[in-house]
Amino acid sequence: MRQVTITLNGESRSCLVKPNETLLDVLRDKLGVKSPKCGCDHGDCGSCAVLLNGKSVRSCLIFAIECEGMEIRTLEGVSGDKLSALQEAFIEFNSFQCGYCAPGVIITATELLETNPHPSLDEIKEALSGNLCRCTGYTPIFDAIMAVTKKEDE
Amino acid sequence: MKYAWRNDAFAKVTGRARYADDIKMPGLCHAVPVYADAVHARLLRIDPEAAGKSPGVLGVFTAADIPGTVKFGQIIRDCPTLAGDKIRCHGDVIALVVAETRAQAMVAGDLVKCEIEDLPALTDPEQALAPDAILIHAELGTNLVNEHSVRRGDVSAGETASEYIIAAEVTTSRIEHSYLEPEAAVALVRPDGVVEIHGSMQHPFSTRRFVASTLGLPLAQVEVTGTPMGGGFGGKDDTAALVCARAALCAWLLKRPVKITYTREWSMRESYKRHPYRMRYRMGLDAEGRIRFVYVDMLADGGAYCSVSPWVTWRSTVQCCGAYEVPNVHCDVRAVYTNNVFCGAMRGFGSPQVNFAIEQLIEIAGQKAGLDEITIRRRNMLQQDSVTVTGQQLSGHTVSLRQVMDRVLAEIDYVNKRQNCSFGDPEAEEWYGIGFAISYRGMSLGAEGTDFNSAIISIQPDGSVILETGIHENGQGSESAMILLAAEHLGIDKNRIVYRRSSTSTIPDGGTTVASRGTLMGGGAVVDACHIIQDKIGAIIRRKLAVDPAHLLFREGFIYDEASARRLCSFNEAIGWCYQMQEYPYAFGVFKAPQVSWDEHTGQGNAYFTWVYGCQAVELKVVPKTGQVVLLNMVAAHDIGNAVNPAMLSGQFYGGMAMGTGYALFEEFRHQDGKGISSNFHNYRIPRATDLPPMTAIIVENPDPLSPSGAKGIGEPTNELMAPAIANALYRATGKRYLKQPIQPDRRGAFPQRPKENLSTPELGDGSLPESDSTDRIKED
Repeated sequence: MRQVTITLNGESRSCLVKPNETLLDVLRDKLGVKSPKCGCDHGDCGSCAVLLNGKSVRSCLIFAIECEGMEIRTLEGVSGDKLSALQEAFIEFNSFQCGYCAPGVIITATELLETNPHPSLDEIKEALSGNLCRCTGYTPIFDAIMAVTKKEDE
Repeated sequence: MKYAWRNDAFAKVTGRARYADDIKMPGLCHAVPVYADAVHARLLRIDPEAAGKSPGVLGVFTAADIPGTVKFGQIIRDCPTLAGDKIRCHGDVIALVVAETRAQAMVAGDLVKCEIEDLPALTDPEQALAPDAILIHAELGTNLVNEHSVRRGDVSAGETASEYIIAAEVTTSRIEHSYLEPEAAVALVRPDGVVEIHGSMQHPFSTRRFVASTLGLPLAQVEVTGTPMGGGFGGKDDTAALVCARAALCAWLLKRPVKITYTREWSMRESYKRHPYRMRYRMGLDAEGRIRFVYVDMLADGGAYCSVSPWVTWRSTVQCCGAYEVPNVHCDVRAVYTNNVFCGAMRGFGSPQVNFAIEQLIEIAGQKAGLDEITIRRRNMLQQDSVTVTGQQLSGHTVSLRQVMDRVLAEIDYVNKRQNCSFGDPEAEEWYGIGFAISYRGMSLGAEGTDFNSAIISIQPDGSVILETGIHENGQGSESAMILLAAEHLGIDKNRIVYRRSSTSTIPDGGTTVASRGTLMGGGAVVDACHIIQDKIGAIIRRKLAVDPAHLLFREGFIYDEASARRLCSFNEAIGWCYQMQEYPYAFGVFKAPQVSWDEHTGQGNAYFTWVYGCQAVELKVVPKTGQVVLLNMVAAHDIGNAVNPAMLSGQFYGGMAMGTGYALFEEFRHQDGKGISSNFHNYRIPRATDLPPMTAIIVENPDPLSPSGAKGIGEPTNELMAPAIANALYRATGKRYLKQPIQPDRRGAFPQRPKENLSTPELGDGSLPESDSTDRIKED
C-alpha cells in the first residue's frame, strides 16, 4: 500500500492504494465518488471517463498510483452550484435514458467543448466514438452538444 | 410539442443516481460466481477447500447449500440457481465465493476446483430433435422446449391458386442485449426476517419468485426493490433474477449483507441472448400479386434453459406473415434445448427475426410478380377490419399501417430517391440504396399471460401527491410518463407529484415491465386511480358546497363545474376538505387488459387486444471495394396512440433504430462449440456514435379506445424494423439479397460486384417506381 494524494474535484484527497488498483476502483470504493461507472473494465465503453489534468481518460485503464499529484475531475465536479450548460442541454434534449453512460459521455463532451468550443457534427461524433450508449441512438446527445455550441455563439 | 421532462433527470446528469453497484452499507461483503470450463458435463465433485482458506473468504457455497428449490424458471423449472450434478452450458455457475472484498473473492474464486466428466455437447439446434440426440434435461425426456403452430385456410389450395411461388431460408444470430450496466444486486436479511433485495433487474416480482423459491420462503418474506437500472432491453429478467437469488442465498447463509456485481465477461458468458432462428418460408402470389399462402417452419435455439422461449416463439407465430393479409397459412415453430448459452426475452421478442425474413420476402415475391416494393405492400397490407393470420379482426382501433408507411415514404422522398439506386453497378465507385420495412405488433402480453396492473395515488394534506405503479423504471422514463398522466388527469402541476419507486411489498404483482406494456398498462391504472380520486373529491365538493355539477373539470390546480365553467375551489382546498370530512384522497387504480383468446391447436384467436403499426426507412451507401456500409439517413413512424412524453418517445425511436442497425450489420454473439468467443465490447460490437446517420422520428397519434390513456407502447416496435429496412436498402445498393443476419461483406472483404450483363434483370424495369400511386387499384381489390 502506498499513499497517493490527488486533487479531486478541487479538493485535496489522500488514500492508501495497492499498486494494481485502478483509478476507477479507488474513486468508487475508497474516495466515495460514484459517478464513474464500470461498463467493461477494458477501456471500450467510456462509462468510467474522468478528466485527468483536463484530459479525458478511461479510469479503468489507469492505476491510481500513477495519479500522484494530478488533478481529477469527475461528473460530481462538473456542476458547481448549478448545472453546466451541457448538463442543462442533456436534460432539455433527453440525451440519456438509463443514464449509466451519461457520466462518461458528459465528461467526454465537456472536454470536447473546453478544447474546441465550436465542433462540427463529425467532430462531435469522433469525440464520442469511444463512449457506448445502448439507449439513445446518440442523436439526442449530438443535439445537446450542438445546442450548447450555438448558445455560446449568442 | 409537449416537453422533454423526466423526474430522474437531475440525478442522472449529475452522477447522483444510485445504481445497484453504488450501494454501500456497513458489513457489506462481496460474492463472485465460479464457472466450470465445460459446456455439457457431469459435475462429480466441487472442492472448496483451497478457496475457503484464501484471505478474507467468508464462505464457498454450492447447490448443496440451497435451502429451497435449486431449479427455477418462469415457465419450466429447469434452471438451477447453482448447477448441482450437471453442467448444461458454459455460463452455468457451480459455486459462489463470498469474501470481505470483491478482489479477495475473485482471487479465491480461481481456487475452487471441480471434477467433471465431459458429455458430448449438443450445440446444433438442427440435431436437437434427432432420435439419438443426447438429452440436455433427461427428466424432460425430450430436447423440445415447445412448439406452436398456426393453421389458417388451406395451404395447398393457396398453392394451386398461386401464379408465383418463392422459397427461401433466412437465418438470424444470437445477440447480446449489451445493457451498459452489468448485473448487480445487494441482498440483506432484515431483523424482521425479511430478505431485502436491491438489484438491477427489470422485474421485481419475477425476481421475488426466484429468490423465494431459492430460499424456500413465502413471497411475503422477500422484498425486492428496483434501483435505477443501467439498461435492460428485456435482458434483465432471468439472469438478473438469478444474480439476486444468489446474493440472497449468500446473505441468508452468512447473515450479512452481500453484493454481487458482475464483470462484463461474466455477464456476456452467462446472460441469455436473443434467439437465433432458422426460418424456411414459402410464399405464393396470384397473378395480381395478392398473397395466396405462406408456409413457414421456424426453429429457435433456446440454449440450455427454457426461460421464456414458449412466449417468444408464440409471438413469432402470431406475426409470422408480417403486416399482411394471408388467407392460407401453415406455420410451425419449435424451440429446442442445446448446450449453448440460453435465450430469452430481448426487445422485439420474436418479431425481429420474422420481420427480417418477411420484409425481404415480400419484396422478392413482389418482384417476381412484376410489382415494386410499395405496390406489393399496399396490395397486401392489413387495413381497417382486416383479419389477421390468427383470425382476429382488426377493429376497435385505427389500423394505420398505410398512414405510417406513407408518412415515412414522403419524409424520406422515397419514390424520387429510389431512382438513384445502384443495384451493384460495376461502373460505380459507390453504391447507393434506399429501403424500408413495415410491421404490426401486438401490444402487451396478449394471450401469453394474465395482464393487469395497478397504481396507487395518495394525496397528502397539502395537495402534494405520492404516486406508484406496478411498472418498473428500466431507464425508459416510465415513472415520468406515469407522473405526466396523473398530472394531466388531476389537473395539477407535475412537480407536485413524487413518484415512489415501489417495492414488491408496497404494491400488488403487476406482472413484468416487458412487451412495451409500461405506458399502456401502468398508464391505464394511473388513469383509473385518477378517476377514483376525482369521484371522491366530487362527492366532498357536493357536500361542502351544496352544489351538484354533472361533471367536474380538473385544470391547472382548480376544479370547475364543467357545464358552467364556474370555478368551484382549488385542488388544495378540496384536499383539505377531504381530510376534514374523513375521506382519504387515496386511490388504488387497476387496469385489466381486455379479453384475448387463443386456441393452441389451431393457432387461432384474438392474440392481442390492440396493435401498433410502424414503418422505418433508411438510405445508405456501400463502398464495393472495402465492403464498408455508410448509413446516410433514417426515418421512422409509429402509431403510438397518444404521445404522453414526446421527447422521450422520440428517444425510443432513435434507440430502437440504432439497435436495429447493430442487428442488421454487425451484432452476433460468436461462440465455438458452445463456448463464447464474444466476451466484452472489443469483440462484440454495438453501434457507436460514428456509425449512425441523422434520424427522424414521426409520431403518429390515433388514440386507442381500449387504452384508458389512449397510449399504446413503443419500446419494441422501434426495434423490429431497421434490420430488414437496411437489408432492403443493401439489395438496392448491391443488387444482392442478404438472408443471413448479421449482413456481412463476403470473405474477400468486399461486396461482390454484379456482372454488368445481369443489370438488366428487372428490378422494376429501370429501377424506378410507377408514376401513379397504386391506391386506387388497391381499393378495387
